[in-house]
Amino acid sequence: MRQSILYAILGVALLAYPAFVNNFFLFQVGAYALILGTIALSLMVLAGYGGMVSLSQLTVAGIAGYMMAIFGDNNTEAMGLGWSWFVTIPLAIGVASAIGALIGAISVRTQGIYTIMITLAIAVSFFYFVRQNYEVFNGFTGLTGIKPPTILGVNLLTPIVFYYASLVMAVGFFLAVLYGAKSTFGLTLQGVRDNPRRMQSLGFSVNGHKIFAHFLAGIIAGTAGVMLVWFNGRISPGSIGVSVVIDILVIAVIGGLRHPIGPFLGALTFVLLENFAIDLIDRDRVNTVIGTVFLLIIFFSPDGLLGLGAKMRAAIGGGLKPTKDPKSARANQ
Amino acid sequence: MSSLSQQQKIGYGLLLCLLVVLTWMIFAVWPAWLIDILGRKKTFVSTFLSGMTLAGLYFLVASGFTLVFGLMRNVNLAHGSMYLLGGYIGYEVAALTGNWYLGAVAAFGAVALTGILLQVVIFRRMQGDDLRQTLVTIGISIIAADLMLATWSGNTYQFTTPDWLFGPVVLPIISTVKSSGEIIYLKYPIYRLFVLAVAVAVGIGLWLLLNKTRIGMKIRAGVDDREMLGATGVNVDAVFVTVFALGAGLAGFAGVIGGSALSVAPGEDLRYLLASLVVVIVGGMGSVSGAAVGAILIGLAEQFGLAYFPTYGVVLTFLIMIVVLAVRPQGIMGR
Repeated sequence: MRQSILYAILGVALLAYPAFVNNFFLFQVGAYALILGTIALSLMVLAGYGGMVSLSQLTVAGIAGYMMAIFGDNNTEAMGLGWSWFVTIPLAIGVASAIGALIGAISVRTQGIYTIMITLAIAVSFFYFVRQNYEVFNGFTGLTGIKPPTILGVNLLTPIVFYYASLVMAVGFFLAVLYGAKSTFGLTLQGVRDNPRRMQSLGFSVNGHKIFAHFLAGIIAGTAGVMLVWFNGRISPGSIGVSVVIDILVIAVIGGLRHPIGPFLGALTFVLLENFAIDLIDRDRVNTVIGTVFLLIIFFSPDGLLGLGAKMRAAIGGGLKPTKDPKSARANQ
Repeated sequence: MSSLSQQQKIGYGLLLCLLVVLTWMIFAVWPAWLIDILGRKKTFVSTFLSGMTLAGLYFLVASGFTLVFGLMRNVNLAHGSMYLLGGYIGYEVAALTGNWYLGAVAAFGAVALTGILLQVVIFRRMQGDDLRQTLVTIGISIIAADLMLATWSGNTYQFTTPDWLFGPVVLPIISTVKSSGEIIYLKYPIYRLFVLAVAVAVGIGLWLLLNKTRIGMKIRAGVDDREMLGATGVNVDAVFVTVFALGAGLAGFAGVIGGSALSVAPGEDLRYLLASLVVVIVGGMGSVSGAAVGAILIGLAEQFGLAYFPTYGVVLTFLIMIVVLAVRPQGIMGR
């Protein structure tokens, strides 16, 4: 009950947000945090429900972005087939989720930290690949001039429209993940996370569930990738480079991997830090600030900001008890 | 040899054949049909040598990575940062003293010390929590990269190697025989041969350390079962610190060796982190011999990819990784 009231307040606040802020906070902070949060949400789905920390979710988002640039319009010499948006959007998301499933199929052969290593290697390989490939991906410079479509005379890139579009996407996936976690598939996936051997002997396909989870996460990441490429107007190896890959992990971990709201909390914190760390410390040292926050969170609250909140509630009295062991904490929800 | 299974016999046989063919390709004068297929012999042999040099460098970096992983289950994703830090420190010391060797030694020492600090101050607190340790190393690598950028800026630093390591050397390998009957021998930078020699020496050193000394025995026992090692009265923490120092030091040392072959610049940390990851995934995690095999495979693949199909060189590396994962998920030498 209390939770639904909280959600209602949050929902109203998010809807009314544009009325109170300028375009910078609407576009650079609001929409950007929602998009990054959605990409991190796809990581949260895999890590929180599937126990697979995959670092290649940004790669999946990047593939969707590249597909938009390649099949749609861009103003570089390379590619740009100029197909219409109602073909390119499903195509981009489709390709991205298929590749997400493929990455899943490769990485399910490994567990725990091995998964991190493999998916990181995949992400870095893709980065080097697009940087070297000039025929399709235009190498180092990447592809520029990618514009969102104008639908019914409304330019999607208008800050307020773009904010609401990001909000619809983020809230949509957020609710879908909440629902999905309680569905048969979601519960089975969590069972696979907690005890793969038992699930196997109960007759569930462990790898099948994991790969399908990667496919679903690929849809989330791919959709966010389409929004991200519109947001930036361009895509290059730099946008899918390792530092950004790590940023997504940082966002998910800062927010907390226990609940789908975590990645959005993390994304908001991250975007605010990125924009306003300049005021705290030298402009060029943003990464030091973000890295330090990340380290502090891992040290003091393995469950991220969510865990911190739970701890504070427990300290004040009542409310949720923070669980020491992240595994049992995840199993409880 | 009777203990070998049929499959192993076939495997070793194939390997032997491959080696014989390779030796012939390197030392023989190529007949015309082979030149038709592969192009000039010079390209092939140079590529092969570059591949082996790169493999040596990769081995230097990855052997520390795999040692630390094997013993502590700690995926040190800051390993690339240690390589780069070693490069910078080595450069500073070498520039200050004018002595390149001193730079290499200082890099080993300073980075080994950093490794000890990290192990004692941070990793010991979260022993057994693999995921958290890995995340911490990511955080450290973010901060380290940023601080190194602040200290040494984005410039590229070039080492001055000792005179005897400078310039090309003529190898006893015939490149071509001209129509006039004049024999042209292959030239190759001596420094790169030196890198290869250092890697081989370090490899032998590690093998001796692990197999012939008491501490090596403890390390191997720890890789197999660290609880039992502790139960037998060995100070496991001390073993951990030793290995971490050694692994980090090797990365720092490689920073000078590799930095002299190429250069020291931001971004190199990532390159060598990726190399270590792939080498260790392919070779088998926790195995030093696996790191050697993986390094040779990846080094050769990268250089041949670069020489014969430039755009898709990375894909070749990637394919090797996928194939190994599909056939032997634990890596070639993994258990």
